[in-house]
Amino acid sequence: MAIEVRDVNKSFGTTPVLRDVSVDVASGSLTALLGPSGGGKSTLLRVIAGLEHPDTGTVRISGVDATRLSPQRRNVGFVFQHYAAFKHMTVFRNVAFGLEIRKRPKDEIRRRVMELLELVHLERMADRYPSQLSGGQRQRMALARALAVEPEVLLLDEPFGALDAQVRKELRTWLRRLHDEVHVTTVFVTHDQEEAIEVADTVVVLADGAVEQVGSPSDVYDNPANPFVMRFLGPVTEIGGSLVRPHDIEISTEPRPGGDEASVTRVVRLGFEVRVELLVDGREAWAQVTRGTAEQLALAPGATVHVRPTPGARSLALTGA
Amino acid sequence: MSVETPSRTAPPPRAGARRRRRVSGGTALGLGSAVLYLSLIVLIPLALVVVRSTDEGLGYFWKAVTTPDAWAALTLTIGASAVVALVNLVLGTLIAWVLVRDRFPGKAIVDTLIDLPFALPTIVAGLVLLALYGPESPLGVNLAYSRAGVGLALLFVTLPFVVRTVQPVLIELDKDMEQAAASLGASPFQTFRRIILPNLVPAMLSGTALAFTRAISEFGSTVLISGNLPFRTQVAAVNIFSQIEGDNTTGAAAISTVLLVVALVALLALDLLQRWGSRRG
Repeated sequence: MAIEVRDVNKSFGTTPVLRDVSVDVASGSLTALLGPSGGGKSTLLRVIAGLEHPDTGTVRISGVDATRLSPQRRNVGFVFQHYAAFKHMTVFRNVAFGLEIRKRPKDEIRRRVMELLELVHLERMADRYPSQLSGGQRQRMALARALAVEPEVLLLDEPFGALDAQVRKELRTWLRRLHDEVHVTTVFVTHDQEEAIEVADTVVVLADGAVEQVGSPSDVYDNPANPFVMRFLGPVTEIGGSLVRPHDIEISTEPRPGGDEASVTRVVRLGFEVRVELLVDGREAWAQVTRGTAEQLALAPGATVHVRPTPGARSLALTGA
Repeated sequence: MSVETPSRTAPPPRAGARRRRRVSGGTALGLGSAVLYLSLIVLIPLALVVVRSTDEGLGYFWKAVTTPDAWAALTLTIGASAVVALVNLVLGTLIAWVLVRDRFPGKAIVDTLIDLPFALPTIVAGLVLLALYGPESPLGVNLAYSRAGVGLALLFVTLPFVVRTVQPVLIELDKDMEQAAASLGASPFQTFRRIILPNLVPAMLSGTALAFTRAISEFGSTVLISGNLPFRTQVAAVNIFSQIEGDNTTGAAAISTVLLVVALVALLALDLLQRWGSRRG
C-alpha cells in the first residue's frame, strides 16, 4: 500500500470533520475522494500531505509512519485548487523549485524541468510568469512542479474546480493519460461524480467525515452500499418503495407482473434521451427512455402506463423512508 | 492534445496604447480639474521655489548649498534619513509580520497605535521624546541635542510607512504558496526567503522610500530634541527656516531645491521598482 490511513479523527473546534477514517491506497493507483462539499475529503487529503494534523490516528506513506512528519519530509506532491503558483517566478523556476531546494546540479535541473514542461505541454511557456497563463495552463504547471521532485504520492485537491467546463473535461482525460504514463500513486479530491467515475480506478465516497463506500467506479455506481451513495453517484428515482436509476425503468402500455400503474405528467426531449415525468401512487417519479421507445409507446401527458424496474436493475429498498 | 495554444493567452496590457485613446467629455472635465488643482497646490509653488533658487545665478546656488552650516544640515538630514529608512525597512516589516501572522492579546490596540505618529502634531512627538529621552529621562538615556536624538525623532514619525505598506500585501499573500513550497521540501526559512520575501519586496521598498522622503523633510519633531545646533544637530528644514529668518530667501530656496531633487529621485526610484514589481505580479 502506498498510503494507509488508520482511524483518523479530526475536529475544527468542536466540529468533527473526519470520523474514524481508514483508507488504503494501492501503489500506482489513481484514487478519487468523492463527496459533497463539507464532507471532509479535502481535510483528509491535507492530513495525508501533512498540511493538517489528525487529532488521533495514523498515516503511513510507503510503509513509513508519517503521522508526525512535516510536509517537507513526506515527499508528496500537492496540487491546489487555486494553483498556488509562485507568481514572482517564471514557469521554469516554478517547476525547478523543488529541485533547487534539493540542490541538484544546474544542468540536471534544466533537463528535468524541460522534460516535465514537455509532458504538460508547456515547453514554449518556460519564460512566462504565471499571470500570463490561462487557468488550465497554470494547473498543468502546478502539476509539473509537484511531479518534479518525484513524489511517492501525488495529491490533487479539486484540481479542476476553478476551471471552466470545457477545459475541465480536457484536463480530466489528460490526467488519466498522464497517470498511465507516469504511474505515480495519485489521489484527487472531487465533488463531481462524473469526474471520479471517468478518471479514477478506485473511488472513496466520503460524507459527513466518514467513509461511506470504497470500490471501483462501476462497483460504487452499480452496487451502492446505501441510499446516500446511490443518490450521490447518479440520478435516482423512487418506485414502489425502492430507489432505482431512471434508466432502469421499463415503461409499457399493458400491465406486467411487478408493475405499477402510473400516469405521465410531462415528456421532455433532451436530444436522444427522453425524460418522462410520472405520477405513481400519487408520488412523483421519472424515467429515462430513448427517443425510439417514447415514440413507440406514444408517450404524452395524461397517458396511463405501467412501470417497473427492468429485470436485473439495481435497486435499493428504502426502509422507513 | 488540444489544450490552449500560446496565442490564446492574453498579451500583457499596453499602457501606451491606452494613453493615446481619445478622452471623453466627462474624463476631460475630471482630468482638467485634477491637473488644475495639482498645478495650483503643488506644481507651480514647487516650480517657483526652483526658479527662486537660481535667482542670483547657478554660482550663488552652489555657494548657498555648500556654506558649511547648510552643507552640514543637508548631509546630516540625508544621512540620518537613509539610516532611519533602513531601520524602518527591517523593523517595519517585522511589525507588519507580527500584526498579520501572530495572535496575541491587545493586537487591535497595537495595530491602532501604529498610526499615532501620523495623527500626532510632530511638535508633540518632539515633546514626548524629550520627556522620555531628554535631560530628565526616567530611563537615564539622554539623547537631547545629539544626532542620535535627531534619528530617534525621525524614527518616531516614519514608523507607520513600511508597516502600512507591507501589512496589506502580507494579508493578501496566498498561503497556499507557502504550503506548496513546504510540500516541495522547502524549510520555513527557505519558504520565507524564496517565496514570501520576494512578494513583499516591492511593498517594503515603497514604504522605505516614503519613510525616507518624509524624514528628509521633517521639521517639527526634530526641533525640540535636537536643539538645532548648527554643524551638529541642525536638520535641513530647520536650516531653511533660519535662512528665511536671516532674510536669505534665495539660499533657503536653494537648499529646498536640493531636498526637492533628492525626494524626487527617491520617488522615481520607487516608481521604477513598482513597475518592476507589477510586471512580475
